[in-house]
Amino acid sequence: MKKPPPLKIDGASEREIAREVVTVLPELTRRDFLKGLVTLGGLSLATGVVLSNGAAVEKMLRAISRWNDGAQGALFDPKKLAQTYPESMMTRPFPFNAFYGIEDVPVVDGKDWKLELGGLVKDRKAWDLPSLRALPQEEQVTRLVCVEGWSAIGKWGGIPLGDFLRRIGADTTAKYVGFGCFDGYRSSIDMASALHPQTILALTYDGKPLPPREGFPLRLRIPTKLGFKNPKHIASLYVTNSYPGGYWEDQGYNWFSGL
Amino acid sequence: MARREILRAHPWPVRLAHWATVLAVGIMLASGWRIYDAAPFYAWWHFPPQFTLGGWLAGALMWHFAAMWLLVGSGLVYVGYNILSGRFVRQFWPLSVGGLLRDVGDVLRLRLGHADLNRYNTIQKLMYLGVVAALVVIVASGLVVWKPVQFPFLRMVMGDYGGARQVHFWAMAAIVAFVLVHVVMVVLVPNSLRTMTNVGVKK
Ligand code: HEM
Repeated sequence: MKKPPPLKIDGASEREIAREVVTVLPELTRRDFLKGLVTLGGLSLATGVVLSNGAAVEKMLRAISRWNDGAQGALFDPKKLAQTYPESMMTRPFPFNAFYGIEDVPVVDGKDWKLELGGLVKDRKAWDLPSLRALPQEEQVTRLVCVEGWSAIGKWGGIPLGDFLRRIGADTTAKYVGFGCFDGYRSSIDMASALHPQTILALTYDGKPLPPREGFPLRLRIPTKLGFKNPKHIASLYVTNSYPGGYWEDQGYNWFSGL
Repeated sequence: MARREILRAHPWPVRLAHWATVLAVGIMLASGWRIYDAAPFYAWWHFPPQFTLGGWLAGALMWHFAAMWLLVGSGLVYVGYNILSGRFVRQFWPLSVGGLLRDVGDVLRLRLGHADLNRYNTIQKLMYLGVVAALVVIVASGLVVWKPVQFPFLRMVMGDYGGARQVHFWAMAAIVAFVLVHVVMVVLVPNSLRTMTNVGVKK
C-alpha cells in the first residue's frame, strides 16, 4: 500500500499538531482516573480468570518451574551443610505428614522386606534389613522443611546415600536417583544432592528403628531438600538418566525443591 | 481548562521498572497469601482464598517462583539505573528532619504542595526509599525461606528459617501498607500518573 502524504493543516505538520494536542489536554480528572482504574481492574480480573484456567498458562508456569530446577541445580553447593541442632531442640512430638491420614500408614513386615535395586547399578542384589544395619551408620539432628511452610527438627540415623551408591557400583555420573515406595509414593533427586554428605538412607528415628509413621523400614532423609523429597517406606532404588518425576512433582510441585 | 504545570516524564528505565514491579508485586502478593494459608503461623490470621492466586499450593508456588525473577530483574534495573545515573542523589537528596517536620505540618493543615510534580517532598522521599528498603528485605528473607542451606549468613541474620518467614510476612505487610497509601495519593493527584506513563507530558 502507498503511504499517504503527510497531513498538513494550516501549514502545520502532524508532529506539531500532536504537540499542540498534548498541551491542551485537560487535566486528568479524578473521575477519569477512577474510571481508568475500574477498567484496569476489570481487565486484570478478566485476565486473571483466563490466566488461572488457561492450559497455556499452566504450560508456561511448568516450563518456568523446570527452568527453576536448573537455576537451583546451579545454586546448589555440594559442600554447604544444612544446619544441625542440639537434641534438646528436637520437635516433640514430630508432626506426621503424608498424602493420606495417619490411620492408613502401611505396616511393612521387616522380615520379608528387601530393598530392590535397579537402573544404572552394577550389583543389583537386593538388600535385607540386617545387612543394611551392618553398614557404617551416621546420625544427624536437622530441620525438615515442608513445602507448606512449617518445619520441625528431628534426629535420623542411617547409611550415607553416597557411600551406598558407590558400594553397589552405581553410575554416579548419571543424572537421577529414583525411589519407589510401598504406599505407592514415588520421588527422585539429582545425583549431586544424592552424593551430598548429609543425604542418608535412614533406618532410625531418635535412636530407634523407624516407627511405621516415620517410614519403616527405610526412608530417605535429605536435609538439603523439602520434606516431600524424603520418601518413606522405600521399596526400590534406581539410578537413571531419564527424568523420573514423582507423585507430587507430576502434579505441579517443583521437582528440584532444594533448600 | 488545563492547569499548565511543568510535567516531565520520569526516565524510561524508571517507568519500565515501576510497572514491571507493580505486576510482579501483584502476582507475588496474591500467590504468597495462598502459600501462607497452607500453614498459617499466626492462629489469628489467614487470607481469604478469593484474594489469592494459583488455585492450590503447587499453583501458587509456581506463580511465586516465576514472578520472583521479574521482581528481582526490575529491582536491579531500577536501583542500577538510579545509582549509575546519579538520579538517586538528585531525586531523593537532601533528606532533613526540618523538611519532614515542615511536610508533616503542611499535611496537618491540608496544604502539602504539589507545585512541581517532578520534585518529591520529604514524605514522598521517605515513602519511596522505605518501600525500596522493604523490597530488599522481602527478597533477602525470601532467599532464606527458599534456600536456607545455601544462604547461611542471611539465615543467621534473619533468625533461622522460622525468623525469616516472619520477616518475610511483615515486609509484605509494609509493602501492602505502602501500596494503599500510594494509590490514594495517586488518586488525589492524578496528574502524577503522567510522569510515570509519559502520557501528556512535556517532551
Ligand atoms: C505495587 C507496588 C508499587 C510499588 C512498590 C511502587 C513504588 C513506587 C516508587 C518507588 C516510586 C518512586 C519512583 C521514583 O521516582 O524513583 C513510585 C512512583 C509512582 N507510582 Fe508507584 N508503586 C507501586 C504501585 C503503584 C500503582 C498501583 C500505581 C498506580 C495506580 C502507581 C503509580 C505511581 C506514580 C503515578 C508514581 C509517580 C508519583 C509521584 O510523582 O510521586 N504505583 N512508585
